[in-house]
Amino acid sequence: MTAISASTDSRTAELLAAYRTMVTIRRFEERVHQDFADVPLPGAVHLYAGQEAIAAAVCGRLAADDYLASTHRGHGHAIAKGCDVTAMMLEIHGKAGGLCGGKGGSMHIADFDRGMLGANGVAAAGAPLACGAALSAKLRRSGQVAVAFVGDGGANQGAFAESMQLAAVWQLPCIFVIEDNGYAQSTGSRFHLRERQVAARAEALGIGADIVDGYDYFAIEAAAEAAVQRARNGGPSLIECRALRFFGHMEGWDSQDYRPPGEVDRLRSEQDCIELFRRRVTADGQVRPEDLAAIDVEVAAEVGAAAQHARQAEFPQPGELLTDVYVSY
Amino acid sequence: MTRTLSYLEAIGEALSQELERDPAVFLLGEDNVGGTGCDGKLGNAWGPTKGLHERFPDRILDTPITEAAFVGAAVGAAATGMRPVVDLLFIDFMGVCFDQLLNQAAKLRYMVGGKASVPMVVRAMWGAGMRRGAQHSQALYPMLAHVPGLKVVVPAFPDDAKGLMTAAIRDDDPVMFFEHKMLYFSRGPVPEEPYEVPLGTARIVRPGSDCTIVAVGRMVHEALAAAEDLSAAGQSDCEVIDPRTISPLDTETICDSVRRTGRLVVVDEANRRCGFAADIASVVAESAFEHLRQPVRILTPPHVPTPFSPGLEDAYAPTRHQITAAVLSGLRQPASA
Repeated sequence: MTAISASTDSRTAELLAAYRTMVTIRRFEERVHQDFADVPLPGAVHLYAGQEAIAAAVCGRLAADDYLASTHRGHGHAIAKGCDVTAMMLEIHGKAGGLCGGKGGSMHIADFDRGMLGANGVAAAGAPLACGAALSAKLRRSGQVAVAFVGDGGANQGAFAESMQLAAVWQLPCIFVIEDNGYAQSTGSRFHLRERQVAARAEALGIGADIVDGYDYFAIEAAAEAAVQRARNGGPSLIECRALRFFGHMEGWDSQDYRPPGEVDRLRSEQDCIELFRRRVTADGQVRPEDLAAIDVEVAAEVGAAAQHARQAEFPQPGELLTDVYVSY
Repeated sequence: MTRTLSYLEAIGEALSQELERDPAVFLLGEDNVGGTGCDGKLGNAWGPTKGLHERFPDRILDTPITEAAFVGAAVGAAATGMRPVVDLLFIDFMGVCFDQLLNQAAKLRYMVGGKASVPMVVRAMWGAGMRRGAQHSQALYPMLAHVPGLKVVVPAFPDDAKGLMTAAIRDDDPVMFFEHKMLYFSRGPVPEEPYEVPLGTARIVRPGSDCTIVAVGRMVHEALAAAEDLSAAGQSDCEVIDPRTISPLDTETICDSVRRTGRLVVVDEANRRCGFAADIASVVAESAFEHLRQPVRILTPPHVPTPFSPGLEDAYAPTRHQITAAVLSGLRQPASA
């Protein structure tokens, strides 16, 4: 996928693909939310619903062999990067056949065959990894780029600051995408960022930075396209987006008392990025409503089948405890 | 063909030969090239990378002081087709990038079910004796050997340094490579051609019959000196074993030796509490207990940071005289009785 398509047919196809990605993420997260309570699911899951436009718009500009390093909230990035939904469900359930064989779970979900370098349990730890993938691409002259997603909370980590510095000094083909979803666990970004934008830090280092509306697929897409081109020509960028998450920090443990009453209801009715996208692409006739409706049906079936399969699948064999620590030891 | 090189030169030769052999190998770290961004001469590297940038200008990178980023970048580069050798300079600095070693390099392969590997080497200086004080003199390899997913190598001789560096670079797992700063200018025979010393193989540096001394790094040389003194005095014929690799550990060579000699002294410059010496002692107690004629003796520094003042620092690590005393205190019969 290179420049934003000029031709109507391929642009329509792009828009339908973007819609499919966002709806898949939304349905997937809603199903995981339900299964977490019902099954119940083991461990910790952190849901991405509300932020779909960011993952879809950024990944829509990437080639299949470009790299992406994620946060602990990685399902949306994984889906947008093309990871198999059934294998993802299996992984989140801790079942054999999961994307990581059940060894990583939601917080470490990864698919190196698709350049998805993993969700990460340590805030901002994806940033150095993405710098490494970008460095690898630069040394091999492959033209690949690497995206590092970092949350508002993770943006305060030293590892992130250092990663920007390294990317600037070495002019790495790296794109930092800051997702301010309003809260670092239960602490508002208004406090921990002191009302200042992360983008200013990038600019201070000579890294071009864009601040865009995190609910606006098209604004993010334009910024992402510019960032990808800059990266392919050999230089880092930063894109900062704010889009509040619909669910809590983590399933099952977060009563979300720190959010103002009615905030999530208001987001779902007024700031749903998928609804905003739907309205925009159908308003000017680029996309037919019935095609979007068809995608809704297909995705619901796909996600439902994946979840059902995961519920019934086997857990890994006990011997898997001991495998894949080393290549050889 | 074998000739004499310093430990530092031997490591440099391994780096040079591997850079030559495999285009995926590259080096990064502070002052690895030296002079980047300066107006004087480029190439003022402070370690074994000196001169390498002239032959491999695109594959040796100077870094800013950003260990979390560049050690993490080494992990990311290793997981995406390259084979980085990253210079941490002093192992004492691992604090500033510990997440990248502990939670990223060590665990990535396991967490993704084997669908990635991290073929990287982290080099660092270690050890007391250079009057650098507490923050530049530590050992710390037991802390890293404690982490599943890392391999840890501690050569004591130039030939092992070259062979283990070559093996570490060719190894597909993350390897922590410890270079004792007081051994950098020690010299020894080193074969000219590329060769590997397999990881996980101990070396019987001095065969002997009535006491096993297991020692690491600079302590191997202290142990050899003690063994020579004891032999010259007719008091004991000691077998000195250098594990060379801390993780994976060659327990069989060590246990086999103790089964023959019946006595074990372990000498380590790393700290005592939860340390490597304790690990060796417990392995032997588990696997060769019935062969032990006396309790295992462990020699380590006291539970203190490394002091600066020369006399104090010289009293920090075990010495050949302490090793001799430890061997003698355990002997119920002299070697030739």
